[in-house]
Amino acid sequence: MSKIIVFVEQCNGTANRASTEALGAAASLGAEVIAVSFGEGAANLTLAAARTIALEGTQYSPDALAGDIAGIAKAEGANAVFCASTGTGRDLAPRVAALLDSPCFSDCTAVAADGDAIAFTRPTLAGKLIANVKSTGTAVATLRRNCFEAPEAGSAEVTIQPASADFKALLTEIAAKVGGKLDVSEAPIIVSGGRGMKEPENFKLIEDLAAAFGNAAVGASRAVVDAGWRPHSEQVGQTGKTVAPQLYFAIGISGAIQHVAGMKTSKVIVAINKDPDAAIFKLADYGIVGDALEILPALTEAVKGAVSGA
Amino acid sequence: MNIVACIKRVPATETQPKIAPDGKAMDPALAEYMLSFYDEIALEEAIRTKEAAGGEVTALTLGPAEATKEIRDCLARGADKGSLLTDADWHTRDNRTTAKALAAQVTALGAEVVFCGRQATDRDNAAVGQMMATYLGWACVTDVIELTIDGQKATAKRESEAGIESFSFDLPAVITCQKGLNEPRYAGLKGIMAAKKKPIEESAPELAENMTEVISVELPPARPEGRMIGEGTDAIPALLEALRSEAKVL
Repeated sequence: MSKIIVFVEQCNGTANRASTEALGAAASLGAEVIAVSFGEGAANLTLAAARTIALEGTQYSPDALAGDIAGIAKAEGANAVFCASTGTGRDLAPRVAALLDSPCFSDCTAVAADGDAIAFTRPTLAGKLIANVKSTGTAVATLRRNCFEAPEAGSAEVTIQPASADFKALLTEIAAKVGGKLDVSEAPIIVSGGRGMKEPENFKLIEDLAAAFGNAAVGASRAVVDAGWRPHSEQVGQTGKTVAPQLYFAIGISGAIQHVAGMKTSKVIVAINKDPDAAIFKLADYGIVGDALEILPALTEAVKGAVSGA
Repeated sequence: MNIVACIKRVPATETQPKIAPDGKAMDPALAEYMLSFYDEIALEEAIRTKEAAGGEVTALTLGPAEATKEIRDCLARGADKGSLLTDADWHTRDNRTTAKALAAQVTALGAEVVFCGRQATDRDNAAVGQMMATYLGWACVTDVIELTIDGQKATAKRESEAGIESFSFDLPAVITCQKGLNEPRYAGLKGIMAAKKKPIEESAPELAENMTEVISVELPPARPEGRMIGEGTDAIPALLEALRSEAKVL
């Protein structure tokens, strides 16, 4: 049976959703799953895995942590290492791969057993191509959010191991994001605006619609980010974030190929645009032709009613 | 300071890829190429580092002979010289092979700091920077949006789901560059003229065997055709009804 190491990101003893999904992906392959986690609270994790190894340390260093994960993978004779495709997971996995002298497959959307190996499906060229690949060494991969079933919490026994203190780069501070706003890469609903919003001030209407849902993030097209209307952290597309929410609103966005690449795997896409011939309508499940500035306030009111169950 | 910017020749953003006859790659003959978007940011940071600390910037790539075009672009923007690891099959190399070849050349060049784009916009792995640093035994901070280098000491900020993370480290280091770190400059006419006289050294890299086996490459499934709900605010009730009972996302 194959053995897979899954690095689980956690905060105060609670695993993040993307990491739990990675545990589910590993379990779906019928492998023995060994969870590895780091930091305060890791010893309190109750995971769906055969075992959990909690790395005890107070200082975070990506190079030291990658060394610990690779060391465990070697000691366990694991044939794969999975991380969630998060800012942390995507940073760590290639380091682990190099330490295991294997390639790294980032942001995979599916896994499947392929003989003794694991076949990974991953989008390339910002989703314009889908590649199916496997490693002839250790299979090191990061797994995209919302692509794998997360198991219920389990009862894996936790063993504690000291984390390496051999640092090269050391985390000195984390400044919380302002307002605790949902990030486009995490939100189940995204409301994105483009040039059709006409003025940066009009993004208030986008923010209002997002707020009406309660669990939506604000997104933006490259055009308005480049114009300085919105921060890069909100940019969806080839040079921004690739997202796949349950519901995506493209408002005043024409549907340039580089934007579409970042959001076309969304479950449901709604487009609102003045131009009935806009490319975005070819992609959208539902389209409304009209001036976003007129439609948005009424839509926001209607959503408020719908969400509150009225 | 001896500075290297790692760059990559990638299909132009507007490329609509076609599958190669063997079904295992994008047909490379059909694409227009350009300098990868994030590499422009890496090059800009390399040039700014040189402007602050003195030294020399080398634009380094593993690519085909034609990649001299992307290197010239870097030279025109302000890099001092180019280093092309010539490899006609560059687009088939996996990140391990690429990282090893680049790491060996970074050592040969005697670099103290290496800038990479956070990811190349073809394979989108965002892996070569960290892998190269690991093979070199250097510090590495990824997705950097703010960087300060003071002698051999450096601090860098990156954004993750947790917030803005600050890291401190010593050189030598690999920095992978995210949008927001700087505003890349364009090549002026003077730069383009000067670039013609700058040296590009071509060499044959030692290449480790690929450990990635491509099973297949395919185009993503097309989305089912959607429908136009209507015009203006009148269409809102029908939209909400469709989201609620048809798409079941409300």
